[in-house]
Order: sequence, then C-alpha cells, then structure tokens
Amino acid sequence: MEIAVLLKQVPATESLIEITDDGKSIKTDDIKWVINPYDEFAVEEALQIKEAHGGSVTIISVGPEKTTEAIRTALAMGADKGILINDPAAEGCDGLSTARILAAVLKEAPFDLIIAGQRAVDDDNFQVGPAVAEFLGIPNISMVIKQEIIDAKIRCHGTIDGGTVILEAPLPALFTTQRGLNEPRYASLPGIMKAKKKPIDIKTLADIGIEADRIRKSLTRIVAMQIPPERKDGRMITGDSAQAKAVELVRILHEEAKVI
Amino acid sequence: MSQGVLAIAEQIEGVFRKVTYEALSEGRRIADRLNCDLTAIILGANLDNISKELGQYGADRIIVAQSPTLSEYLTDAYTTVIADYINKENPAVVILGASTQGKDLSARLSARLNAPLAMDCVAIRFEENNIIATRSMYGGKILADITLDGNPQILAIRPNAMTIANTAGAGSIEKLDTDTGNTVLQFIEKSLDTGKVELTEADTVISGGRGMAGADFTVIEELAQLLDGAVGASRSAVDEGWRPASDQVGQTGKVVSPNLYIACGISGAIQHLAGMSSSKVVVAINKDPEAPIFSKADFGIEGDLFEIVPLIAEQVKKLKG
Repeated sequence: MEIAVLLKQVPATESLIEITDDGKSIKTDDIKWVINPYDEFAVEEALQIKEAHGGSVTIISVGPEKTTEAIRTALAMGADKGILINDPAAEGCDGLSTARILAAVLKEAPFDLIIAGQRAVDDDNFQVGPAVAEFLGIPNISMVIKQEIIDAKIRCHGTIDGGTVILEAPLPALFTTQRGLNEPRYASLPGIMKAKKKPIDIKTLADIGIEADRIRKSLTRIVAMQIPPERKDGRMITGDSAQAKAVELVRILHEEAKVI
Repeated sequence: MSQGVLAIAEQIEGVFRKVTYEALSEGRRIADRLNCDLTAIILGANLDNISKELGQYGADRIIVAQSPTLSEYLTDAYTTVIADYINKENPAVVILGASTQGKDLSARLSARLNAPLAMDCVAIRFEENNIIATRSMYGGKILADITLDGNPQILAIRPNAMTIANTAGAGSIEKLDTDTGNTVLQFIEKSLDTGKVELTEADTVISGGRGMAGADFTVIEELAQLLDGAVGASRSAVDEGWRPASDQVGQTGKVVSPNLYIACGISGAIQHLAGMSSSKVVVAINKDPEAPIFSKADFGIEGDLFEIVPLIAEQVKKLKG
C-alpha cells in the first residue's frame, strides 16, 4: 500500500496572529510553526495503515524551505520520505493552485491512498483535499473518523452535520481527516535519529512541469485583512446571591439583548 | 456571457438545512444587485413536496434533479449533475451553504470548473460591480476580504452568518434530466442524531469546559433544551473524553456564530475564543474572576456554574410560562 499524506506547516493554534503593514498577510516573525493538526491525524492514520497492510508513507507539502521541519517531524513519527515543492511562485497561492501543484506531484508517483487534513487551520479553506481528488479523477470522502481497507476498497465513517455516514470507495482514493480519527503519536528519540537520514526531495514548479505563471495567477486573492472587532467592555452581573445574578442575567438577555 | 445566480439547496431526509434559506436569501440580494434571476437547484430522490418551498426565499426558478441515484449525497454524482448544469447555464455566481456537504461539494466543483471559491464566507458585498467576500481565517482570529477572478464565482456561506428573507414570489419548477455519469462512491448507511440541534446551525449554544469537572453535562443539556440550543465543549472537555469530538468548539473544532453563546467553566484559551468570537452575544460563567473569557464576553457571572446554570434554567422556564 503506497500512501501519500498531504501536509501543511501552519502557525500553532495558540499563536497570536498580527497583520503586516500592507494589511494583506500576517506577521510571521514570532510564530511557532507546527504540522497542521488535521494533517497530524493524517500522518498517524497513514502509519497505522502501513503497519497493518505494509507499504510506505510519503509526505507531500507545498511551502518554503522551513517546511522541511514539519516534514522531518512526520518522518520522525515513522513516515518514509518527503517531497517538498518550494517555489517563490507558490507563496500565498490559493487552495485551488495548491491542489493543482499537489496533484501534479501525485500524478508522477501513483499512490493507492491519499490522506489529507479536512482543512489547514491557517487558511481554513477545506478545499485542497477534494480538489486534489478531482484533479486526479479519484473519489474522495470527507471528514473521516474511522476507516477500514478491505481488498481494493476503503470504507470510511465520515461525520456530516448532525450525524455520521458510511461510504465506500475503490482505491485509489483520497480521504480527509476529522478529529476523533486517532491520537497522533509522538516522535520517539530513535525515530528522530532515523528521520535525519530519511530523504526529503525538494522540487520547484518547473521540476514537476507546472508553469509558475499559472500558479502566480490565483483565482482568489486576499485584498485586505483585519482583526475582528473587539467586543465592547463586558459587563459583570453582580448581585447578592447566585439567584439574584441568574434573575438579572435572564432579564438582560430577554429585555436588552433580546436573544431569549 | 455568464448570467444569473444559482443557489444550491441542501436537504436531508426531506428537510432543508437552515443554511439553504440563508444561501437563497443572500443569492436573491446578489441577483437583485446584478439585476438577474435567481435559480435554485435541488438534488435528491423524493423532492415533490418540498421543492416549491424554495420559491418563498426568492428563487425565480427551481430546478429539480430527482433520481433514486441521488437519494443520498455522494460527492461524485452530485458534482457531475451540478457541474453539467452550470456548464450549460453559465451562471455568474453559485452560492451554497458551507455545511459539511457544501464544503465538500464546493471544493470539488471549483476544481471541476476551474472556478474561484470563497469558502465559509461570513459577509458578501459589492465594490462597484465586483464581489468582495469576507471569510474568516486562522480560526476566526482574522477576517480577510477576498476577490474572485473567473466564472462562476462560487460562494460557500457560513451557517448562521447571513439573514433569511422571505419573499412573496413562487418560483417556477422545472425538472432536470440527470445523468450522474460513471460514479464509484457507494453509500452504505448513515445515522442521524435525532432530536439534537446541529451545533453550527443553532441559535443558542451552551458550552462546557474544564470547569464541568466530569462527563456529566446534565445542567448544560437541560438549559440547552429549554432554549432549543445545542451543547458544545471546549477542547479540554473533549480531550478528557467527556464529550464527543463533534461537539468541540474552537480552532481545531467547529466555528459557531449563534445569537447567544454561553460559556460555562471555560477559561477562554485563544484556540477556543477563535471558534466562538463571531457569536452575537456571549455570556461567560466561571469561578475564576481572572478567566480570560470574561474579557471576551458581553456579560459575565462569577460563580459556580453548577449553582448558577440551574437557576438560569429556572428563570427561563418562568419566562416561557
């Protein structure tokens, strides 16, 4: 079983996000970078499938040089090799362009199974996984919390709004991860040592046969960013007793805020 | 020439999702601005009784793609039917709800049609004749305005972010002959949490955190039931195994924008705040007067949630008679 994991390096979720002076991107100086949490589930699931069915796990990413740190972490968890597309033209490209790049990599090295995070927690686009599957002409199943591979088919339990659904697809297929799928392992010390020797192949867009211009011209473009408006100073509900506070809160929510 | 606005309706078991009405209403506003028609498309197996309802939210035409093969949402079949229709009609704008299904469908459609997609929009406006979509990034820590270049412009809108407008009109219904093409995904079964309000669509969300001190969320569940709301949880409550992962509100869970969000025993880690900051009114109940959540709340009560929440429930009961 040849498994590919689509991985993105993102700011840790506890990061304080600030906007640059041009108002179109975020300040990256003081940010701690991590593997996108949903991609961590993807790495873990790929390793578990490899342990059960054999094969190898390849980590594929689009990003700047420092993305190799995230790939190296996945290799330390147990993945076999990494491929990074590092090209200035791909910097800040939109979800569709990212999917196009990843699909071009995957076309050159065919895989039985592709696992992607449901979204990256920076762009929150939810777009790359299904779009990669579309470009490759293979089925995708979104938001998976459990999977089972039998013969050349994968059966997935996916979450939908208000429930779960079980779907089956022939391999090759792509699925995206949902919280609850697994508990990602930590990289062990021997794992970290071994990862230093595992290969990470760094390529440009030209290397995978994509015109940089096509990627530079993303169909969607961020024209402005802002921090959501702060809530006006909150009001503490005071009262002599818990009872008095509860009465006052319900009165305010009903009469002033009109939300109940 | 591209023309018209197409709204993709979503139904489950013969009931439209609330976000469908929001997508139609927003689609109507866009169509009025562009001075064109709003067409709704609905896919499924038993749609005869529900299709006409879409006319009450501004659809001039309602396209009904009805077939036993469309009874359940399958990415490949739905993408093919809708993409074929879009290729034939060439709408300028496609709008749909960014539900789990809508996210999957819109992502696949954007790749099939090589069309720009603004995912999970919280607002849509025009600058001259160009659409500017506002969407949240970094789990709600940032709001970004984006432009879309190409046709059609696909807008997946966040549930609960846009207002529903009823219209007097009744749209004309047209049947669409469907050809799902060669599909490979197979539906096995589904299970729905009956009687549970979907977190992302709820008008009221009451969440519990570490202060719940255990898996017993009864006090919160009772208040949620009184308010027809949904129960959410912080990441720590989910990590402790007190609530399922599907209840998690935050940057690595669901982003919610209810009218009323009540945070009980939640300190207010930045990753949680990201998931609920677009709520209209926020109430925080916490023992610790220094909890960061209070600085992000409209109203705060310092105290024991196990004492206060039942008292609130009692008052709500009185209010409702």
